[in-house]
Formats: sequence, C-alpha cells, structure tokens
Amino acid sequence: MLKKISKIPFKGTPEQEAQLRAVIEECKDDKSMLMHVMQQAQAIYGYLPFEVQTMIADGMNIPLEKVYGVSTFYAQFALSPKGEYNISVCLGTACYVKGAQDLIDRICENLGISAGECTDDGKFSVEACRCIGACGLAPVLTVNDEVYGKLVADDIDGILAKYKA
Amino acid sequence: MYRSHVLVCGGTGCTSSHSSEIIEALESELKAKGLENEIKVIKTGCFGLCALGPIMIVYPEGCFYSEVKVEDVPEIVEEHLLKGRMVKRLIYDETITKDEIKPLSETNFYKKQNRIALRNCGVIDPESIEEYIAMDGYQALAKALTEMTPEEVIQVVKDSGLRGRGGGGFPTGLKWSFTAKNAADQKYVVCNADEGDPGAFMDRSVLEGDPHCIVEAMTICGYATGATEGYVYVRAEYPIAVNRLDKAIKDARENGLLGKNIFNSGFDFDLHIRLGAGAFVCGEETALMTSIEGNRGEPRPRPPYPAVKGLFGKPTTENNVETFANIPQIILNGAEFFSSMGTEKSAGTKVFALGGKINNTGLVEVPMGTTLREVIEDIGGGIPNGKKFKAAQTGGPSGGCIPASLMDTPIDYDNLTAIGCMMGSGGLIVMDEDNCMVDIAKFFLDFTVDESCGKCTPCRIGTKRMMEILEKITDGKATLADLDELEKLAYYIKENSLCGLGQTAPNPVLATLRFFKDEYIAHIVDKKCPAGVCKALLSYTIEADKCKGCTLCSRKCPVGAISGAVKEAHTIDTSKCIKCGVCMDSCKFGAIIKK
Repeated sequence: MLKKISKIPFKGTPEQEAQLRAVIEECKDDKSMLMHVMQQAQAIYGYLPFEVQTMIADGMNIPLEKVYGVSTFYAQFALSPKGEYNISVCLGTACYVKGAQDLIDRICENLGISAGECTDDGKFSVEACRCIGACGLAPVLTVNDEVYGKLVADDIDGILAKYKA
Repeated sequence: MYRSHVLVCGGTGCTSSHSSEIIEALESELKAKGLENEIKVIKTGCFGLCALGPIMIVYPEGCFYSEVKVEDVPEIVEEHLLKGRMVKRLIYDETITKDEIKPLSETNFYKKQNRIALRNCGVIDPESIEEYIAMDGYQALAKALTEMTPEEVIQVVKDSGLRGRGGGGFPTGLKWSFTAKNAADQKYVVCNADEGDPGAFMDRSVLEGDPHCIVEAMTICGYATGATEGYVYVRAEYPIAVNRLDKAIKDARENGLLGKNIFNSGFDFDLHIRLGAGAFVCGEETALMTSIEGNRGEPRPRPPYPAVKGLFGKPTTENNVETFANIPQIILNGAEFFSSMGTEKSAGTKVFALGGKINNTGLVEVPMGTTLREVIEDIGGGIPNGKKFKAAQTGGPSGGCIPASLMDTPIDYDNLTAIGCMMGSGGLIVMDEDNCMVDIAKFFLDFTVDESCGKCTPCRIGTKRMMEILEKITDGKATLADLDELEKLAYYIKENSLCGLGQTAPNPVLATLRFFKDEYIAHIVDKKCPAGVCKALLSYTIEADKCKGCTLCSRKCPVGAISGAVKEAHTIDTSKCIKCGVCMDSCKFGAIIKK
C-alpha cells in the first residue's frame, strides 16, 4: 500500500513529547511492544511523522528503518496528518455491493480532493476503510467517531454541510 | 429484585445508531419517574438482527422493540414501564399477533437458528462476570481442571468433530494434540480475532457480547496443550470489543479464574491483548504471530508449523474466536452434544454474517448442512425491492460465489469446496441482479492487490497483472485471449504463492468465471455490462417519446452534455457525457435510460 508522506512541518508540543516518553519508558524492555507504542504515539500526535518515529526508535533501541517498515506495512499508521474532520467511507463488501463507491465519489467531488488526501485548510480528509463491522447499516461512513448509515449519494452534501458550518 | 428488565443491544451496529444514548435516556427517565429500583437496564451484546437496530427487549413480557429512537424513550417508560401498556407501533411486527406477544424464538429469523457460539450474545451483560457465571460460565474450566486430564480434554474436542471456524476447517482437537506433544519450557495459546474479511463480523460480536467465553476457552486450551500464556490479537477497528475483552480479563484475574493456581489445580494461565493495525495478511497464522512479536506481519514458510515453532519460537496453538467460543459448551456437555449437530464431516453450527442485498442483515447461527436457500429466504427474509437473487459470496476475498442454481446445496466445509467455494470465516454477502460479477471480482482483487504483503512474487506481481486484465475487461478493451491469460495466471498464483492470502486470492475470479462466464463474454465481445455497473460500457440516452422537454436534466448536467429546446425532446452528447447518472436521477418522467 502506497503511503502519502506529509510535507507539513512537524508541530509537536513538549506535553505530547512527555506523554510519548512515558509510554516508551513503560515498554522499552519488551521489543514486541513496538506496535503498541506506535499506536499510542499516533493517538497522541494524530499521525507518525519521522520526528516521532525517530523518538520511538531511539527510545526503544530499535533501528529507525524497522520502525519505518512497520509504519508503512499497516494501514492504520498514517504518515501525514488527518483533517479536523476525518471522513472514512467503508468499502467492505457489504457496503460496496450497496453502493459505497458512489458515496466516496460524491465526497471527493464535493471537497475537490481524492481519497487519502486532506483539504488545503486542514478541515477535511477522506479515506476508504475496510469494514467497520456495522454491515447492518450498509453503506456506512464515519466522520471522526460519528457513524452515518443506510446512506445514498444524495445524503452526502447535507452531511458535509453540517461540518462546513 | 427488579420487576422488569430492559435489554438494549450494545453491539457495534446498534451503538452506531445511538443505542448508548437510548440507554442514557432510559436511565434518566426511569430516575425521574422513581423507577430505578424497580426496573433494571442492561446493555447486552449483539442480538443478531442488526437490520432492525437499535433493538430493545423488555422482560418479563419478552416484548421486542425495533428501530427505537431516543425520542421514543419517554413514551416507552411512561406507557410500558409505568402503566404496563406496550408501545405497539415499535414492536417488531413478526412478534405480535393481535394482542399477544410471540416469543422471539418463533420468528422466521430465529426459529431455524441454533445458538452455541452466540448463546450468550444479546442475553447477558457482557461486562458482568456474575452474569456469565450464572449462565454456567467457567464451569467447563472447572470441570477440565479438576476432573479431566489434558489428554481427556483433547480427546473430547477431537471426538466432537469441531473444525477451525476461521476458514481452513482443520480439526481443532488434532491441532491441540500437535502442540501438546511438543515439550518446551514455554508454550502459547493465540486467539485470532483479526477479522479481516470485509463483511464478516461474528468474531467481533462474540467478543462484544460474550468475552468471558473466549477467556475460558483459551484457558482450557492452555491446560490441554501445556501453555501458560495466551495472546488475543484483535483488530484495532473494534474498540468496543477490545474494551470488553480487557475488562473480562481483569475481572477473571480478580476472581482467580486467570493467574496462578486456578481452581487450586496448580495450573497457571494468563492472557494479553495485542491490537492489529489493519493488515489483512495478519489473519494468516504465521503472519499474525510475526505481528504480535512487533514486526511487519509477513508470513513465513511452513513447516515448521506453529505447533513446533510458533510465537517467539515456541510451540503455539492458534484458533479463531468462533472456534474457541464453541469449546466451553463442548467440554460441559460432552463431544456427543456437538457431533450430533450438523453433517457427518462438519459437526456443530456455523455463524454467518448476512449482508448485502438482503432484508434481515445480521448474524445467524445455523447447524452445518442448512441450505443456502433456507438461510437467505427463510432466515434472511429474501431480497429487498422484489429484485432477483443472483449470487451469494462466501469466504470474502479468499472465497467464491454460489449462484442461484446451487442454492439448495447444504452448506458445510466439503460441499462448498466441491463447488469451488470456501466456507471462510462466514461472511455471506448477497447480490442481486444489479450487481455485476466482473465488478465484484475486480473489487476483491483490488483488495488483495492492496493487502498483498509483497514477500512472494506470484502474489505481489501476479495479482497486479490479473487486476490489469480485469480493468481491461471492464473498460471494454479486452479480447477473448485476455480471458484465457487471466485464467492461466489465476492457477499459477494459486499454486505458487507462499501463504493462504496468495493461494486463495484468485478464487473470486475463478468462481465468477465458472458460474458467470457469460458476463465476462458480454463485457469483452458485446462491450456491454449486463448489470449496468461498469461505467465505461454504459451509455445514457433520452427516449424522445417520454421526454417532456422540462430542461431539468440539462440544468443538472455538470458538463453541459444535454441540449434541447423547452418542451422538445432533449439529447445527450455521448462524447461529453461523464456518465455520472445525475440526469437519470433527476428525470421525473423516466425518460432517461442507461444500457
């Protein structure tokens, strides 16, 4: 899977760094905890820029190329920041057969970006995801933690309008 | 003592449609009416009938409310819980006859089901160890540890005929015996809860609805195989499942059901949770273990099998969630109880996640050998909008499809393999006449191209080449020679890939080629997509006799491809048309058709 690497400068705060250091300190003796540390780091920073990956590599005493290797292998790890509102459209099978592709097309058309990208103002990002397990509501999308189900493409403009305001 | 219990579904489907807010509203409304000591609200796991969510059941009446909204709560509390008058408009219509409530077990959705793995889902509060224990929970563990030898436990699992529910169908007892006979200073039990098949959600429902049964089953497995530590590898996309499992493990520890010297038997066992990070290949057992160790989740060649050299290089038993969920019942009720259900070579029940074009989307558990027709027509309630059934897809990206002509095949491992299909984890996606089978094959292949880990060439490059041929077909640029090439490549990838992902990746293509070759031919020779899905092969036209010349379509068209004078028939310029379909959706006279 190809990952988009962010060109936006890193803006981590000392508080975020302290949080991450605490996580690393707790896990540094068990190298199998690398993914756990990276998941925590992503929860703290929202994504995993090289600066953060370097901190993890140094703190866990694991080569940076291995940390980078893990970060690019798994879909969950993001190398570029997400928008204030991250829209995730489920492209699992149940959603796909019920027209999820039309939803993502409409969102991209509305926002003028393609899947995996973030709008210039940093407000919206769009991604396709694989099954959030709410197949009974297919097709579904999430905006941050809010789930919208049983959608048709015509619902999209209304949903986006709520967040644009 | 409470006079009434209100069960509200807290599964992912219902939570997504605000069941948590319904619970909050219920609790505050009950408090306002001073009923909080008379009526107990319980958040349960998934009931299975996700299509009707959010679901609420009020006992002792057994009144089944469906599609409940937060706004309905005051009425339910006032009318039903205070005055004893059921709110008829919210009752699921199959459960009410005149003035009587019919038990849920008599509805079409539930009556052919037999719940073993899902027995506690939607019945108990999954966050309460007391409720699990009240449903005979941890009795199987007590029986195994205090009355049975490890060999006896394995024998019972072998005799039950239980086969791996993750897809492969390997006999579980045999798997356990392999690990048991390898002596080592440390052995592990691993539960595969990395439910990667898009459209399958049974493992999630078990973890959300009955997490203790996994804790209990893994401990039993540890005892039988000589392992003292276990890992549950669960998708990070399932936060509710992770939280409930975490609580279950802590509660089990506090109650002495995990940890040192369980039931004074001298047996020690403890569990850890590891989160996946979205890699389909991690459902493969060796890749999963590599991932738990903190690496890129790439598979490795077998042998050595995990029973010899698994997690951290130690003998390991790995089973899937649904497989484990059957274990406590087998130990408690004996092998015969389980082997008497299902077919000769596939004992027991199987959980299916019904999704796609079907009325009753949700989770169903039926005895092996139930036909697809029973599952789709009787339990699933058929296809919505009077459309025709075309095919059911099983086994996700590794599986195949079952066409209408084979709907009476009894579903079990061997029958599905015989028709070139696969049980897989149990995702069952129903497709109707509006779905294009070439497009579906392309959808799955796109998934495997994306998820191929890249380690071996046949899978990494081969699936990509297959994808390119499929794109040629759906773009109308392919020849019949491409079709032969596609098939040849498919078999080559199956034979030469390192792990299960690559070995099964061509299955969706091969299955659709077997049953729906005419659709491929239509794309290649006639340059038509019979289902009207593949955009490059569609064209929109306006039927002159139906067009009233209202100009709506030409105003809606984003590229100005429609022209015509007011009150005269319009025409579409196909060279400008981008086939977005806006005109067809907007036409009030049905004058625009695609073909």
